[in-house]
Amino acid sequence: MNAPLLSRRAFAAAGLALPFLARVADAAVPANRKFVVIICRGGMDGLSVAAPVGDPDYRPLRGGLALGDAALKLDGTFALNPALPTVHRLAQAGQARIAPAVATPDRARSHFEAQDVLETGAAGVYATTSGWLNRSAQAMSAAGRVEAISVGPTAPLILRGPAPAASWSPGRSVDATARLPSLLQDLYKDDPLLGPALARGLVTETMARESGAAGDAMTGGGMRRGAAQGAEAARALGEALAGFLKAPGGPQLAAVSLDGFDTHANQAGVLTARLTALDALVDGLHTGLGPAWNDTVVLAVTEFGRTARVNGTGGTDHGTASTALLLGGALKPGGIVGDWPTLRRQALFEDRDVYPALDLRALEKGLLAEYLGMDRRALDTTVFPDSAGVRPLTGLV
Amino acid sequence: MSQKDIEAAIAATRFGLGARPGEIAEAARDPRGYLKGQIRRDGADLFKTDGETANQRLAEFQAYRRERAMARSAPASDGKPEEDSAVRAARQFIRQNAAGDILGRVQLAAVTDAGFRERWALFWANHFTVSASKVQTATLVGPYENEAIRPHVFGRFADLLGAAETHPAMLLYLDQVQSVGPNSQAAQFQRRGAARRQAPRNEARPRRDPGLNENLAREILELHTVGVDGGYAQADVTEFARALTGLSIAGPRDAGVEGVVFRGQAHEPGERTVMGVRYAAGGKEQAGSVLADLAARPQTARFVCAKLARHFVADDPPPALVTRLEKAWISTHGDLARVAETLVDAPEAWAAQPAKFKTPYEFVVSSYRALGQEPRDLGQVNAALNGLGQRPFGAPSPKGWPDEAGPWAASDALVKRMQFAQALGAVAGPQVQDPVALADQTLGVRLSPASAKAISRAESRAEAVALLLMTPEFQRR
Repeated sequence: MNAPLLSRRAFAAAGLALPFLARVADAAVPANRKFVVIICRGGMDGLSVAAPVGDPDYRPLRGGLALGDAALKLDGTFALNPALPTVHRLAQAGQARIAPAVATPDRARSHFEAQDVLETGAAGVYATTSGWLNRSAQAMSAAGRVEAISVGPTAPLILRGPAPAASWSPGRSVDATARLPSLLQDLYKDDPLLGPALARGLVTETMARESGAAGDAMTGGGMRRGAAQGAEAARALGEALAGFLKAPGGPQLAAVSLDGFDTHANQAGVLTARLTALDALVDGLHTGLGPAWNDTVVLAVTEFGRTARVNGTGGTDHGTASTALLLGGALKPGGIVGDWPTLRRQALFEDRDVYPALDLRALEKGLLAEYLGMDRRALDTTVFPDSAGVRPLTGLV
Repeated sequence: MSQKDIEAAIAATRFGLGARPGEIAEAARDPRGYLKGQIRRDGADLFKTDGETANQRLAEFQAYRRERAMARSAPASDGKPEEDSAVRAARQFIRQNAAGDILGRVQLAAVTDAGFRERWALFWANHFTVSASKVQTATLVGPYENEAIRPHVFGRFADLLGAAETHPAMLLYLDQVQSVGPNSQAAQFQRRGAARRQAPRNEARPRRDPGLNENLAREILELHTVGVDGGYAQADVTEFARALTGLSIAGPRDAGVEGVVFRGQAHEPGERTVMGVRYAAGGKEQAGSVLADLAARPQTARFVCAKLARHFVADDPPPALVTRLEKAWISTHGDLARVAETLVDAPEAWAAQPAKFKTPYEFVVSSYRALGQEPRDLGQVNAALNGLGQRPFGAPSPKGWPDEAGPWAASDALVKRMQFAQALGAVAGPQVQDPVALADQTLGVRLSPASAKAISRAESRAEAVALLLMTPEFQRR
């Protein structure tokens, strides 16, 4: 029954002598520190994630989209969307903070350009084809192999690149008695694309089975549609990811995507469902990690924010700065991250969007430097190319 | 092996959707002629649906919504709102509509003799993506593809563009239906009404100052025509959005009218300037002129031809191929049949080394084709495609599905492909008499000696079939 799924030869073929375990003991940073990036795709409306309810221009600009009394107060200015109760609970415990006016260097208001810049970490669009989290794994691996994983059926750009990265999504488990996996590994031995990918996939699959933490997401409803089911699936995904992260020698870096934040029309209802899913994902991660939550930092980001004003169809159009969420037991408690440029008309970017007061890369570089001990030069040149002028934001962990 | 044999295998697997038994032998007589014979002025084949038009589906959906609203507002005897059984039935009906469309589409791809024609149609359906990600569009995507895309894929690009952008499914998907000119009669009327009532605003309901929604305008420019580097700015997006106002769909108050309508009173008055061209004040012809001009721009030819080359030949396509397609496009004013012929004649498209990794849809469809089977069980198809990350009609954004290997060759995805191959092998394998012969029929001379040997040594027919579907050469085209 417990026939090993993979031969030792198969691990060797993937370049994984003993996968996830071959860590050099003298690495500068404890190998139990975890960093998770949640990408909210579609342009998440920062003003609805953490609403500046104390900003005098907020209600006039937002009209019926303005959050009411149900909003979850953070400080004198900001309140979280009522769909984010877990985030609020964490914030009250000093384990969640908001960066309310953050943006990538891209200003084109195109989803696809902006996601490219968000995930490659480049200064401009289509400048590189690998992701910054992948290059972080590569840079960190100089001191001992660092594993990375994405959760979801497709490989997000942020984790594509030279460093091998695993991926996992809910589904049936592999038939452990079949010969096919090892036959295919032979057939793929000279295939640079399929060989390493399959080997890594099988290792992850084994790990998912052994950790057992992924059980719910694998056998449960999976990725069904609908708001409640969406939240359920997101929670299961968070729990599954937590299972990988806390497994002995498990990945330190992870990425997961949520879709559907492009709210051009009837924004209130759509966004409630999406934020409920985001909150459930965070809850799944938090609960699933247990004590390991204290060694974790989670960053939730989007490609751009949306217009400060409501458009003609009860929604908002593509904008510039948005809100990022920082979460995790490893965070230092504190107020908002970066400045709040306000919503005064003169303060709006091109009289339309929230002004980009903080370069997202400063935030990312600060976390990578302080929490994962990454070298400043690597951050300035390889991880975020041509970004020497963007100083890491420190003091977050 | 002769050049003809190589070309026959390429014709069926790279240009087509994968070989059915006998297909490579048929193509070997004249591989280029085999492909050109599939180009047809009157368009691609339509897949089987229940026969309902998009307008009929739309009317059903609107009726369903009205019924639901009524059911919810009328409390039942026990005080709880009652969900009428008619509403439940309607919802079930809508779900079945979409499911039937998906099955019809996969079946067509699995059995058609014209794999190139079908691939060409799938390319355009993805270029003009409407996703079932919204409730309103879920039942419309199928009819949309049959009505707006497939009839035009070998016609003029301008006609295809016009049909796609003015179809009710696209108008709903990209939020055009509610977009209103801020200075139009309709907007002024609504504002006066609101000022007269001076009712306190209900917090829960978003304030509806009638106005623009620029989603459709932006995506037409960025994704459907000139591309993100096409030389437009935010002001062009807004101007184009103003030109598009008035274009909408009939609602309950438009008695006797169905589908797309143009509401002159919602159209933003005045002349417009889009990408340096002035358009006189007017009605629906204003947006029509913008669309026609966009179709004719050289940036559109470049953007779309590069995408075609990327789809058919390589993630990083040979520049000479893109130039060749672009020239054909420009000299024929976007005649897509001629562009397709140019692609078939292009030497760069016939490189022996397969450079494209199949998408999940291509992998699943070509698996059925290899076995000469027609998928009958939508559950099986849906489960496979969902697991592989390509939910039928469910592209994650207006950009459509990615066309490069990167997103699809995730390690988890390969494990999922293997599981699908195992499952299909277990069901279909026992009926396969000679798995090695099947591999020859499926891949022709593209079958490598190593793969042939592995298949011949398989322990069972089921294992042999699973191996065939997972060979590196079957995974690519």
